[in-house]
Amino acid sequence: MSVVALKHPGLNLGPSDRETELKTEELLFGFWVFVMSDAIVFSVLFATYEIMRHSTAGGPGPAELYDIKSVFIETLALLSSSFTYGMASLSLKYGSSRRPLILWLCLTLTLAVIFLGLEAHDFITMFHKGGPPTRSGYLSAFFSLVPLHGLHVTTGSIWMIAMIVQIMVYGVDKEVKLGLLRLGIFWHFLDIVWIAIFSVVYLGGLA
Amino acid sequence: MNGATILHFVFGRLGFHWLPFWDMLQEPTKAHIVNDSIATFAASLVLFGGALTVLLITWFRAWGPLWSKWLTSVDHKRIGIMYIVLSFVMLARALVEAALMRGQQAFGYGGGFLSADHFGQLFSTHGTIMIFFMAMPFLTGVINFVMPQQIGARDVSFPVMNSVSLGLTAAGAMLVMISLVIGKFSTGGWSGYPPYTENTFQPGVGPDYWIWAVTLSSVASMMTGINFAVTIYKRRAPGMSFFRLPLFTWTALCTSILMIFAMPPLTVATALLALDRYLGFHFFTNHLGGNMMNYANLFWLFGHPEVYILILPAFGVYSEVFSTFSGKTLYGYVSLVIATMSIAVMSFWVWLHHFFTMGQGPAVNAVFGTATMLIGIPTGVKVYDWMLTMYRGRVRFTVPLVYALGFIMLFVIGGLSGIILANPSVDYQVHNTLFLVAHFHNMLVPGLLFGMLAAYHFWFPKAFGFRLNERWGMASALCWIIGFMLAFFPLYALGLLGYPRRSLGYFDPIYTPYMEVAFAGAWVILAAFACLFIQLFVSVRRRREYAVPAGDPWDGRSLEWSLPAPPPEYNFSVLPQVTGRDAFTRQKEDGTAYQLPKKFSDIEMPKNSAMGMITCVGGFLMAFALVWHMWWLLILGSIGVIGAMIGRGFARDTEKIIPAREVEREHKRWLNEVAATSPVTREREIDPANVGLAAHPLMQAAE
Repeated sequence: MSVVALKHPGLNLGPSDRETELKTEELLFGFWVFVMSDAIVFSVLFATYEIMRHSTAGGPGPAELYDIKSVFIETLALLSSSFTYGMASLSLKYGSSRRPLILWLCLTLTLAVIFLGLEAHDFITMFHKGGPPTRSGYLSAFFSLVPLHGLHVTTGSIWMIAMIVQIMVYGVDKEVKLGLLRLGIFWHFLDIVWIAIFSVVYLGGLA
Repeated sequence: MNGATILHFVFGRLGFHWLPFWDMLQEPTKAHIVNDSIATFAASLVLFGGALTVLLITWFRAWGPLWSKWLTSVDHKRIGIMYIVLSFVMLARALVEAALMRGQQAFGYGGGFLSADHFGQLFSTHGTIMIFFMAMPFLTGVINFVMPQQIGARDVSFPVMNSVSLGLTAAGAMLVMISLVIGKFSTGGWSGYPPYTENTFQPGVGPDYWIWAVTLSSVASMMTGINFAVTIYKRRAPGMSFFRLPLFTWTALCTSILMIFAMPPLTVATALLALDRYLGFHFFTNHLGGNMMNYANLFWLFGHPEVYILILPAFGVYSEVFSTFSGKTLYGYVSLVIATMSIAVMSFWVWLHHFFTMGQGPAVNAVFGTATMLIGIPTGVKVYDWMLTMYRGRVRFTVPLVYALGFIMLFVIGGLSGIILANPSVDYQVHNTLFLVAHFHNMLVPGLLFGMLAAYHFWFPKAFGFRLNERWGMASALCWIIGFMLAFFPLYALGLLGYPRRSLGYFDPIYTPYMEVAFAGAWVILAAFACLFIQLFVSVRRRREYAVPAGDPWDGRSLEWSLPAPPPEYNFSVLPQVTGRDAFTRQKEDGTAYQLPKKFSDIEMPKNSAMGMITCVGGFLMAFALVWHMWWLLILGSIGVIGAMIGRGFARDTEKIIPAREVEREHKRWLNEVAATSPVTREREIDPANVGLAAHPLMQAAE
């Protein structure tokens, strides 16, 4: 039988001994549980946003503040970064040298920086249009939900830099692999959250 | 830059006027003198206690061992013990505060001796401490110590994260303690409802202390939940299937799942309140679109599952206690598991009953009222199961069993008062009165605290290798039960007489006699706590007489009793093979207990790590900086913590190997000790002859 059984959640890197497999499974399962808990944080903030959507207190609303073009480019950048991270995972599994891995990670990082830069620019524009978070309940809710996602992307980027340095110091050892697997779960999760933000906050707000 | 700006930059909002005796010196009125003297005395107790601890550690030259054996240890047993030590320290403070409040209300006819502000701080810190820094650390400590041993594991899944959780909890506790010395605590109660906790009404540091202490604790509990759940899912010994888990482990699992799902809404609630206070957001303000009902929803979305986080582990402890001290297997195991799971799921359906009166309309109230009453059903199932466990058992009246009996009677009364409150139309009459205070204390004191104290008695010999003195323990248990009844039953009557909770004094003498009885109850409870302290002192003095090195003083049923007391760092020399429920009883019955394994192998254990201490100090400094607006310290603290986390990612050599030879030597030494001891029957359970080897009831019958 040449059927490859899935040993643990997510990408399996190849055959290894039973003990390593169990440890990997435990670690990745734990990280999944953390992501689940983090998803609760976001869902609670989504609920808060929906409740406060119309509490504009006479201030500007979505139509005056959102720039859908910029948000669309951000979306493309972030979704592509998920693709490039996928490529990094594939070169982790099948690649023999560390160069393509580092290159894909750097590309992911660049896309993340583009995303963060555009998002920061959006926020500043909103401030200039008279929409800082202190203006209304609606803007408070917006500025807790969307920047929290941005903060997650920033954390992920710092983590990615740390991983690149680790690859350069230690090569692709066990800890690096485990780190990259977990970062992958985190990164794709942030993509899913962003799709929800794009649909609920931006498209929903402009509809 | 002039001097004042520099001072403001360095010290933020800190100033001499935040010292507890400042008002008394400025304006020596009678009210100021009374309140400030009490506050100053409390502050000096904190400082004196801290200084005394430092001195004693230095005197015994214990800094080295303290650091290497405890503070940086990632051993789940040591972390569990440190959690429990923390919760006892916090319990002492919160009990004294409770007694002070009872005193105030006993003399409250015409106003009493405390100022409203002081009283507000007392009930806020009392509630915050009891929930977040007494109950949570206590149950986390007990689960930490017991659960891995019960499932046949060597440690939790993420030992370093475990130590980080402890560090963050301790940082939160330190923040609450330091608020006694400098600044004032929130007067907004343990639930911190805005808009009262917004800048408009409390511009000082009080709510900020509350926000950051609770935030530290909630993040720590979320991580603890992940850790325990993953451990139970992934680290069970071979053969330990889910329906063979001891019931305590089942309750630990349900509590962990609740922690994973219920702590995030609290973190969000406190974070949004912080955004309001620090950056001028409008989540819960009275104007510009703020919506304080959203806070009530977020808080109780955490708050209701939280009461089951608190109570379920105690249910687990009682299940173990009833079964062990009745010498019987647990009655209705499967129904208990289903009841536990049902409670865990249903706990997310009922949060709205905490604010029936806030205007969501009769239809919604009716739905949540009904759901609340439904939760009583699985709890009732449990009570019957426990009673039937005792039925026809050989019940031994040890201290844990006395707590359990006190619990089962008082808890049913508390539960019935809960069913009354679950009816929205009744709730309209008694909400916000002392009836409610009586109800939830009636659930949490017998439910949670008695359970944890029973656990402390039950597993203490496992942790330290000697039993606790039974006589002082019994005195303490009886004082707790009687003191509880005296202190809280009058509160039901006071509530029905319309006495509002959290109010300082009264102008109708009808309340006075009830208040005086409750005050007497507070003294009995303080006596109970003193008994616990004396008991510990006496037991440590007589530790040779009470020693139970063989490890099974109560004829235990689950795997932790198959280990030496105290167990080695790696718990199990060889991972056990589990064949059914009550795994250790089975081993004793079929004669496979205390055997020499055929083969020993090397054991890989995690090395010590300073991460817990780094996050403790870093977390405390960041929270302190946030409270006092010392932004440079906040930046420094965050850099430290983030740097440590990145650095930890670079660590490679994190495991150590304990060689098979050493494991074998240690195991043989213990087996020799067991062979040299004679088994005791249950009649001599609290006799010095009990060194932890149980004569099996079947063998007893044969004799």
